[in-house]
Amino acid sequence: MRDLLRDSWLIARKDLAIEFRTRSAFLSAIVFALLGIVIFYFAWDPTAVTTVDLAPGVLWVVFTFSGLLGLHRSFGVEQPDRAIDGLLAAPIARESIYLGKALANLIFVIGVQAVAIPAVALFYNLPVGPVLLPLSAIALLAAIGLVSVGTLFSAMAVNTRLAELLLPMLSLPFFVPIVIPAAQATAKLMSGRPVGDALPWLKLLLAFDIVFAVACMLAYPFTIEE
Amino acid sequence: MKVTPLSIAAATTVAITFVRAIFFTPLEATQGPAQKILYLHAPAAWVAFLAFGLVGLASVLYLWLREDRLDRIAESSAEVGLMFTTVVLVTGPLWGKPVWGTWWTWDARLTLTLFLWFIYLAYVVLRGAVDDRSMRARYSAVLGILGALLIPFIHLSVYLFRTLHPQPILMKPGAPSLPGEMLATLLLAFGSFTLLYVALLRARYRYAVERDDAHPTEAYVA
Repeated sequence: MRDLLRDSWLIARKDLAIEFRTRSAFLSAIVFALLGIVIFYFAWDPTAVTTVDLAPGVLWVVFTFSGLLGLHRSFGVEQPDRAIDGLLAAPIARESIYLGKALANLIFVIGVQAVAIPAVALFYNLPVGPVLLPLSAIALLAAIGLVSVGTLFSAMAVNTRLAELLLPMLSLPFFVPIVIPAAQATAKLMSGRPVGDALPWLKLLLAFDIVFAVACMLAYPFTIEE
Repeated sequence: MKVTPLSIAAATTVAITFVRAIFFTPLEATQGPAQKILYLHAPAAWVAFLAFGLVGLASVLYLWLREDRLDRIAESSAEVGLMFTTVVLVTGPLWGKPVWGTWWTWDARLTLTLFLWFIYLAYVVLRGAVDDRSMRARYSAVLGILGALLIPFIHLSVYLFRTLHPQPILMKPGAPSLPGEMLATLLLAFGSFTLLYVALLRARYRYAVERDDAHPTEAYVA
């Protein structure tokens, strides 16, 4: 177990180092998220729909799509020179490759959230201060679910003929039980309801995270047999 | 599709079902002829769920036993199931418009069926996008299993979503207790559609076998 975590951390560090030095995916995901937040504002009539009603949906839709940008790169960076073979030849458990990739993606996605949530608060004029703690909990739970499924599908999609085109088609149905609870719970908090009102949604998110983190980690070795 | 005793039996019973449904089953008092679509809609939905259940089961068994046959069963069942789900999604709005007054409503069951359709559409697309046969079988088995795991979550989230909101009174479904004659037709429809499913599954499976025999190693283009 300790080996598994240590190896995963190594792989996550490798991916984060690549990302930190190139900054290509992170920057494009941030810009994409900001553009999405801005464009969504003009898709509704602000005199008819209040921003408090609009913001949770915008936040989670934008966040989901920008997450996809990072997820595709996750295994995309292993494609040139078949770098994945090097990882597979390493004397580590296959699960730790998945876990390491997922960990790097999680940090990536949390980084995107750290910019997107304040941006939504700013542009939509939302009082996020008092609900910051429960909101961060929702964001973390949603990020874990998103990344568990997305990392596995990224590993599969890069080996198909459609590559990055297939990733949204595979992932988005799986993001539905993440986006609905996250947006609903956020809406409850933003409209000043007690945290208890959002609890059923949080439980659903947590259940999703547990089931799919385990299932995807167990499924990953099946996708890389040669 | 080759004509077999099974396919003849399936076609005949489906024909009998429709003749009985149209001419020998009484009209529903309030909905009138529109309600007749039940005998197509409900059995198609049953077959769709049955087909996807089989995809999940065959996927688990494939990863365990690595039998090519199981992969072909999953492949065939997913395609046939996708077709029946399409029938459900087309007949549903056709029935909903005259009876509920709207083509579509984000009710738990409708939403679930729609996402089922999306998942298995992705499944079929994924199969077509992987050239290596063993990889295709493993990938689609993984997606088949995860898809089956996803269904309760989608159901739960859309169910919670729905019950937390007031429901339009107009769209309340009527009492499901059917009079005897209608129930008999419906049960007949369930039986004949299941038979049709088995016949189509077999035909699609046979196609997969012939294709794999013709191209034993090389990739095929779907």
